[in-house]
Formats: sequence, structure tokens, C-alpha cells
Amino acid sequence: MQLEQAFTEAWADASFRAELDGLLKDYAGRPSPLTDCPRLSEEFGFTVVLKREDLNHTGSHKINNVLGQALLAKRMGKTRLVAETGAGQHGVATATAAALLGMECLVYMGEVDMKRQELNVFRMKLLGAEVTPALSGSRTLKDAVNEAMRDWVATVEESHYCLGSVMGPHPYPYMVREFHRVIGSEAREQMLERHGRDPDVVTACVGGGSNAAGIFSGFVDTDAELIGIEPAGGAAVGNGVPGVVHGMLSYLKQDEHGQVLEAESISAGLDYPGVGPEHSHLAAIGRARYESVTDAEVIDAFQILPRTEGIIPALECAHALAWMSRERASLAGKIVLMNLSGRGDKDVTQMMDILEL
Amino acid sequence: MTLGRLETTLRAVRDSGRKSLVPYVTGGLGDDWLASVAAVIDGGANACEIGIPFSDPVMDGPIIQQANDLALESGVTPHTIAEDLRGFESPIPLAAMTYYNIAYRMGHERFAQLLVDAGISGAILPDIPMDESAEWMTAAEKIGVENILFAAPTSPDDRLTKTGELARGFVYAVGLLGVTGERASLAASAIEIASRAKAHTDVPVLVGVGIGSPEQAVEACAQADGVIIGSTVVRRLVEGQGADAVRDLIATYRAALDEAFPGND
Repeated sequence: MQLEQAFTEAWADASFRAELDGLLKDYAGRPSPLTDCPRLSEEFGFTVVLKREDLNHTGSHKINNVLGQALLAKRMGKTRLVAETGAGQHGVATATAAALLGMECLVYMGEVDMKRQELNVFRMKLLGAEVTPALSGSRTLKDAVNEAMRDWVATVEESHYCLGSVMGPHPYPYMVREFHRVIGSEAREQMLERHGRDPDVVTACVGGGSNAAGIFSGFVDTDAELIGIEPAGGAAVGNGVPGVVHGMLSYLKQDEHGQVLEAESISAGLDYPGVGPEHSHLAAIGRARYESVTDAEVIDAFQILPRTEGIIPALECAHALAWMSRERASLAGKIVLMNLSGRGDKDVTQMMDILEL
Repeated sequence: MTLGRLETTLRAVRDSGRKSLVPYVTGGLGDDWLASVAAVIDGGANACEIGIPFSDPVMDGPIIQQANDLALESGVTPHTIAEDLRGFESPIPLAAMTYYNIAYRMGHERFAQLLVDAGISGAILPDIPMDESAEWMTAAEKIGVENILFAAPTSPDDRLTKTGELARGFVYAVGLLGVTGERASLAASAIEIASRAKAHTDVPVLVGVGIGSPEQAVEACAQADGVIIGSTVVRRLVEGQGADAVRDLIATYRAALDEAFPGND
């Protein structure tokens, strides 16, 4: 409640907005470009346009939210940031913001994820953050959230919980979406400038759903179809039923007794059994649609973008690419805007073992 | 409104000038888990919390998390716990401690009915804020489950007033900001929150979280009407020390509390 009030005040405060905009521009490198993909478009048979969040400082969209929350935390007099991370992108972004603003930083990461994303663990340490393994449950993102919440409860006087997605208790889903709104606002303008029209389809991968919420926010009031892509092994909207965990009511992968099930995905960043409540809402009212793709489809799709456009996507984004690849026929002739929310450098070690090129 | 069995019992203990001792046992932890409950009763507990395991127990520290995981792995569900308790006929009132999704998934009234049928008087759901729990509280009231509410060191006074009005059974005063588990010394916040909560309600106020020795229990009861001990009990169960060790442990707490607060008569 203290957080809700602080955010409402800050968001209405021109000096806070100016400070954040300044950091987004001069530190994170915004606006991120919009990239047309002629060779990929030719291969797919429809026009693909990428919003390049992978080009932000720290390599993903996560920096938008983290700079906002870190500035807010500082404004609230907090000296320490606590965060969870799956693939490590949010952890790296939080560690970066903490270093920038001179704050302490502790990141919880599932033990399983620490192994498959060891590069990001090293980056966080280099940035001065402490990384603590979450050893309970499935030892992935959901358990890192549990640990971060336990930490926050115990240290709330000096700590801010820098939650990495549009999930958790109020005001997080709303606040994080607002911090990522810049993705959609920029993309809308850039589309009009470049193509003179809105896209037919806007797509993004969905774990908790922050990058999708960001880009969707720019197009909810257009005729564009909004399509979120979940991993088949963690499809909360696809296979879930409503449930309450981590302080939110949303679609959740759970058993008949309400025990939360473990998500299983090749991508640590999407390995989450729930989804942000806004996505549940958009699905329920029919404004957005959620599809899922398998790990095998993702592995294939991961290789298309480097080959055709010279861009290595994060495994998370390869989910949206996999869906586009599968839907070539139904998307023929359309303009599809995809949020390329992160770069794939962090995934190359994992993919080296899988692809054996 | 008539008082439930749990609150009636805890008020009677308070009226007698003594302090309530409420241990926590993880439901379904081992095939003979009811022997642990029986041991708690033998040791002199006034009421007992039965944990219904949940996959994501965010209020709990490592010991109770481990007990949760062990129980879940062995196939425990809310239904198996309720089934086990049927026919147990506990001489002391029981309260279920679990997380909100268990109740939400089952349906509020069905969950409340499951508790009543199992002879459980109260319910503790730490992850549903009071402001969001109107539906659950209505169901609990209707079916006759005493809904226990939390008072945290960070709760402002107006919130404590509302907690005091709405709580049934007892008010669970959280001894410190943090998860369940034993601590080397009792936090100053435990005494403070017990005293603040008591100033806002006539419902018995029990301190839980962070009590790890009989001395700390006595210290907390300088203000509180009783204590909840969880991890210290469950640690013995997880280590396989068995029912006798639990009975001895509870008896030690009982003796310490009774010596410090011998009662009016």
C-alpha cells in the first residue's frame, strides 16, 4: 500500500518522469529501433517487423521497468533492491540499476537456472550483486519469486522488491506495465512513420508477460490482433485455470487440489506456471489470444533469425518466431509486428549443447 | 454471535490467568502423523495448528517448506488430511494453516465444510489480505469456521482495529518481519506487536513466528495471551525424532509457561 501510493505520486510527478526518461534515453539507449526484415519476410511469406528491445542496454526490455522501479525505490528511501530472475535478464538489469544508483542488490535465482544461465550469474556478480540460489520446489523462476518475497517481508524497511514482470500483488502488474508502455508507444509511432499504418498482428512471448504487456499497450485501441506466445510446458492461459499465487488472481498451471505445477520450458525466462493478471483479462474478454509452441519448434525457430537477418534472438523470443513460422499460411500477406524483447547471447552456451553445429 | 470452540478455549485459558500453547504440526507428514498431534495434546497444548501442505508456502521458512515438500511428495491432499482426522476426535480445538489457493480452488464453502467435517475449528490463510477476503470470510462465518487474522509489526493502528473486529479464534501476531523459523533471541517487535494488537481487540492474541525456546515463549507472554510454535516442532519431526520427542518438547514449554503464569487459583 505504501508502494502503491509512492508509485501513483511519482508517476504523476513531472520531475520523476523527466529523470526516468533521461535515463531511458542516455543510459539505456531508447528509443529502440524498429527493424524491417526483408529476407525473413520473404521466407515466411508475410511482412515481419521487429521492435528491437534486444538493443537496449543489458540486452532486453527488462531495463525499462528496472530503471523505473529503482528510481522509485530511491525516492522511497530504500537502500536495497531484491529481485527474482529466471533467465537472468531481469537480474542483470536490476544489478545494473543498483550499481548505477548506488544501491545494494540481492538476486534470487533457481538453482536449475543458475546452471543453465551461468553467464548471467557471472554478469550479476560483476555488477556487484549477490546471487542466491533458490533451492526449494522446482528450483526455477517460481521458487525464486517465493524466496524474493520471503526476503522482502523480512527486510521491507530498507528493501524494495524489484519484481520483474506484470505479476504479483497490486500495484506490480499495473506499475510494471506502465514502465514498459514505452515499448508500445514508440512502436506505434514508428509503425505509422515507416509503414503508414498499424500492424495486422502484434505478437510477443509470454512468461509472466511483461514484454507482451508493454507492446500490447500501444495497440489495444487499434484493430491489430494481439497474440501472446507461451511455452507448451508452461502455458498458463492455454492450460491453466484461475488460481491465486504470488499475490495475484490469474490463470495458473495447477493440479485439482490447487498445488501449483512446475512449468517445463527450454527457456528459463518463460519457465513460470502463472501469467500476469492483465493477460488473463485480455484473454477472457477476447482482446488478445494466447497460443503455445513446443521446445522443438523453438529450437528450429531460434536458428532462422540469425541466418536470415543476422540477429540472434533470446530463446524467449524464439517462441514468437516459432509461432510465426508455424502460421505462415494464415499470416500470408499481413504485417506482423513482433517484440524482439531480448538478445540471444545468454543462450548460446545452452544452444551449443543442443545444436552441435 | 456465538463463539467458536477455538476462541472459547483460548478465552478460558486467558480468564484463568494462564497462557495458551499452540503447536503446529504438518498434516500428512509421515503415515503416523496423527501420533504427532496426539503427542502435542499429551504434552499440554491448548490447541493445535494442522498445516495443509501447499506447493508455494511463502510465509514459511526452510523447515516447514521441507515438511511441506515431503508431505506433498507422499501424495498428501486436503482430502487425505481431512479423512485421517475424521474419527480422531481431538480433545483440543484444531486450526488449519494453509494458503489461499487451496481454498480458492476447492471453493470457499466446500473448503470450510471440509474443515468442519474433519473436526477443525479455525483456519489461517496468510496470503489473502483482509481487504480481499470478504468472500472467504462470509463462507467461513456461514459454515462455522473461525477465521484467524494476522497482526504484523508493520500494521498501522486503524488496520489493527479492523483485524480485531473481524478476527475469530485468535489474532495471530507476527513476532517479526520474516518467515517462520526459530531465532536465537526473541525480537523486540514480538512484544510490541502483541501489546499493540491487544490494545485493539478482546480476541485472544497469540504470538507466532520466531519463537524457538520456552524462555522466548515466556518472554512473549508478558504481553501475549499465548504462543504458536511451529518450526521447533516440525524440525524434530523432519529429523525423525518421533512423537516422544515432540511430547517432551511441548511439555517443556507447558511447564515454563505454567511456572511463569500459574493462574488465578
